[in-house]
Amino acid sequence: MHKKTAFSFPDEVLEHVFSFIQSDKDRNSVSMVCKSWYEIERWCRRKVFVGNCYAVSPRMVIKRFPEIRSIELKGKPHFADFNLVPDGWGGYVFPWIVEMAGAVPWLEEIKLKRMVVTDESLELIAKSFKNFKALVLSSCEGFSTDGLAAIAASCKNLKELDLRDCDVDDLSGHLLSHFPDTYTSLVSLNISCLGSDEVSFSTLERLVCRCTNLRTLRLNRAVPLDKIANILRRAPQLVDFGTGTYAADLRPDSYSDLAGAFSSCKELRSLSGFWDVVPDYLPAIYPVCSKLTSLNLSYATIQSPELIKLVSHCPNLQRLLVLDYIEDSGLEVLASSCKNLQELRVFPSDPFGVEPNVSLTEQGLVAVSSGCPKLQSVLYFCRRMSNEALVTVAKNCPNFTRFRLCIIEPRTADYQTLEPLDVGFGAIVQYCKDLQRLSLSGLLTDRVFEYIGTYAKKLEMLSVAFAGDSDLGLHHVLSGCESLRKLEIRDCPFGDKALLANAAKLETMRSLWMSSCAVSFRACKLLGQKMPRLNVEVIDERGPPDSRPESCPVDKLYIYRTVAGSRFDMPPFVWTMEDDPSLQLS
Amino acid sequence: MGPIIITFSTIFSKLPSLIPSFCPLVYGGLVLLGGGNGDASSGVSTDESAVLPKVEVVSEACSSYPAESELELGLGLSLGGGGGATGKTKAANSSWGECGRILTAKDFPSVVSQRTNNGGPSSVAVSGTKRAAESVSHESCSPTGASQVVGWPPIRAYRMNSLVNQAKAQRGDEGDNGIVEKDKPKDALKKRLNCNGKQTTVNEKGHLGFVKVNIDGIPIGRKVDLNAHSSYESMAQALEDMFLRSPNSVENEPLTMASKLLDGSSEFVLTYEDKEGDWMLVGDVPWRMFVSSVRRLRIMRTSEANGLAPINESNERQRSKPI
Repeated sequence: MHKKTAFSFPDEVLEHVFSFIQSDKDRNSVSMVCKSWYEIERWCRRKVFVGNCYAVSPRMVIKRFPEIRSIELKGKPHFADFNLVPDGWGGYVFPWIVEMAGAVPWLEEIKLKRMVVTDESLELIAKSFKNFKALVLSSCEGFSTDGLAAIAASCKNLKELDLRDCDVDDLSGHLLSHFPDTYTSLVSLNISCLGSDEVSFSTLERLVCRCTNLRTLRLNRAVPLDKIANILRRAPQLVDFGTGTYAADLRPDSYSDLAGAFSSCKELRSLSGFWDVVPDYLPAIYPVCSKLTSLNLSYATIQSPELIKLVSHCPNLQRLLVLDYIEDSGLEVLASSCKNLQELRVFPSDPFGVEPNVSLTEQGLVAVSSGCPKLQSVLYFCRRMSNEALVTVAKNCPNFTRFRLCIIEPRTADYQTLEPLDVGFGAIVQYCKDLQRLSLSGLLTDRVFEYIGTYAKKLEMLSVAFAGDSDLGLHHVLSGCESLRKLEIRDCPFGDKALLANAAKLETMRSLWMSSCAVSFRACKLLGQKMPRLNVEVIDERGPPDSRPESCPVDKLYIYRTVAGSRFDMPPFVWTMEDDPSLQLS
Repeated sequence: MGPIIITFSTIFSKLPSLIPSFCPLVYGGLVLLGGGNGDASSGVSTDESAVLPKVEVVSEACSSYPAESELELGLGLSLGGGGGATGKTKAANSSWGECGRILTAKDFPSVVSQRTNNGGPSSVAVSGTKRAAESVSHESCSPTGASQVVGWPPIRAYRMNSLVNQAKAQRGDEGDNGIVEKDKPKDALKKRLNCNGKQTTVNEKGHLGFVKVNIDGIPIGRKVDLNAHSSYESMAQALEDMFLRSPNSVENEPLTMASKLLDGSSEFVLTYEDKEGDWMLVGDVPWRMFVSSVRRLRIMRTSEANGLAPINESNERQRSKPI
């Protein structure tokens, strides 16, 4: 192989050194140092992350990294979460499983986000990977409990089965009974999204009993409160617990039973679930509150007074997800009680109501920003905002890495001055120099994009809706945001000019989504022709874009860089703009 | 020539009514595009002075125009053309690069003249651009309530389902006194939940009209937006279109659904699961009642649809085996 001089290390040494380098970015850098490092690195890379499953083919990945043990894939664009990507668009995992089943039999871990997973795929996983350990499906769909049963039955070394917000066809309640009696290696189980009304509690209890390494258990809504105590007693080592329905007829013995069960869990740090909460039962969790770092109450329809009481018991809280029932008053208490808070998400309880149903305004956000110095990540739904509040928040929290504000009514102006919120968001990007993710809302002109292009140099993901005046806005973002990887835009008056002028930028990004904007079909074709390393997908359910004039705007546009060329699994309402202008549209 | 751009600017000039302090200056620039060849110069000079103050602010922040590959891609409105485009682009290039100045008709002399020559395309283009501009103006002129816009507010479908289910559970039990097949304590509990805290008044019609549809023979389901339909016929038509015209990209079984799903003359029949978990033939109940109680749809082969109440016997509910 290579001549070893006194100045080069043997491959094994380099490999050993590389094994301490885990991050993809660093691994990628290592691989670019020289050819021999590229070779050594590719043979010892164990984890691969593919941010867009269509950016590369499975064969290419496996050819370069033949010894991977873990793969993470993302499929549909983020706006698919909000039903903006028509059903059937794509993101099928099956071709990946097929390739890996043959070439990477030692695969241990598969993590998927926004992909279509079929029972056939799951069955193939169960059959092909003898040492399979972890399956994490996040916002996936297309499979049923039958496929999961195959995994449970066959994967003797399974440690993790995590279904987050998946759309699962729940055919029976007996998934858990497919774990063999000899199976004990479960560490993490999340079935919170399963809808079945029947769960065999005895099966669940026996499973929990024999899996002594269980750390994470998130149950689904079907599990009633009176069953929780038994489960908790059998798993006092739990670190992360998600309840089912948190409602039961109030009986003194069942309450004390529950409270006792919770207090036996000394390691509990994270709680979630809490559907249908009966407030009287909430104090049962007080024994564990002082050590809680993460609390997800975003399905709990309890009011501000109860929330305040609860939150005051949790001084070590780092992460809180809650409905806007908490109100400004509750957020003020949060600000004074939880000094370690790093992440806050406030969801709307009545997103379509015309009038506000709760008193949650910009004041709550200001209070938290002022009281919680470690706050880094915010997702906040509210109905009014002011530039003044945003500037205050920005100055209070220069450490923000994620800031997503959703003012529910599109194009809402500053409620005090009636001006656009350009200055407020401008302050956010100016003061928060490490901002990686930003979502805008409210009334915004091209000016906010000027600020973003000027200041948001570390911004990686930007979500824009109902904002801007002209192509200049888009141009500011594409030309100014050096770290931009993902840009998603809906209902903005951005057309061809900025897009075409910044075509090269698109190759430095993972993807661009534009829907209900003003990009013409002609521009899409031009981009597709001139930029062979981009897939320019026109998504239009009205029919073929060439049945309309070229200057007609397309409905939806999804552009992503790829080394795999056009994909072959497109539905009839998706057209990829071809490299060769003489090719007909398929 | 003019027609496209005049329309563009006419539409845009409606916008000031919503955002008074900003439009005139910004759109002053765009209106310039509307001038014809001859008028451009005079038009430019007058309005440009109005535009400048705003543009100067912009220019400080404007980064340099990326020079290399974008040269081929014009900034102009006419992009199909070859040589003409390049010449025009260079002019456009420098204007972007200087100070992000809003482009004027001076930058696109060839474009404008091309437009003049083709009467056909330009008139066609008018309608196209107008549609684009109209869609923009429509958004801004009619204050769109959040409930009328797809995918807004941006709440994950999973969370929406949960909200809707909680709301339905609370509302549904208020009316369901007759059906006593579930545990009584659970019903009583749900009634109590109505008293605890405010009800989540998720608009029934508001957003969550998407229900899953599966058809026998194809493992991957689709979703249909019930809010987009106001009758059984319309929905059935959409379903037929969805499954008829798209050979599913993963599954290659051709489907022959020659006639409508509703009248029983097809080899397929349309069924749905209601909120109680019963499978019913679609068409039994009034449309609105159907929309509020449907959980998901299944297009079943007629041969398997035994035991489901036929369309005529609307009062009988028979249990049928779930999938």
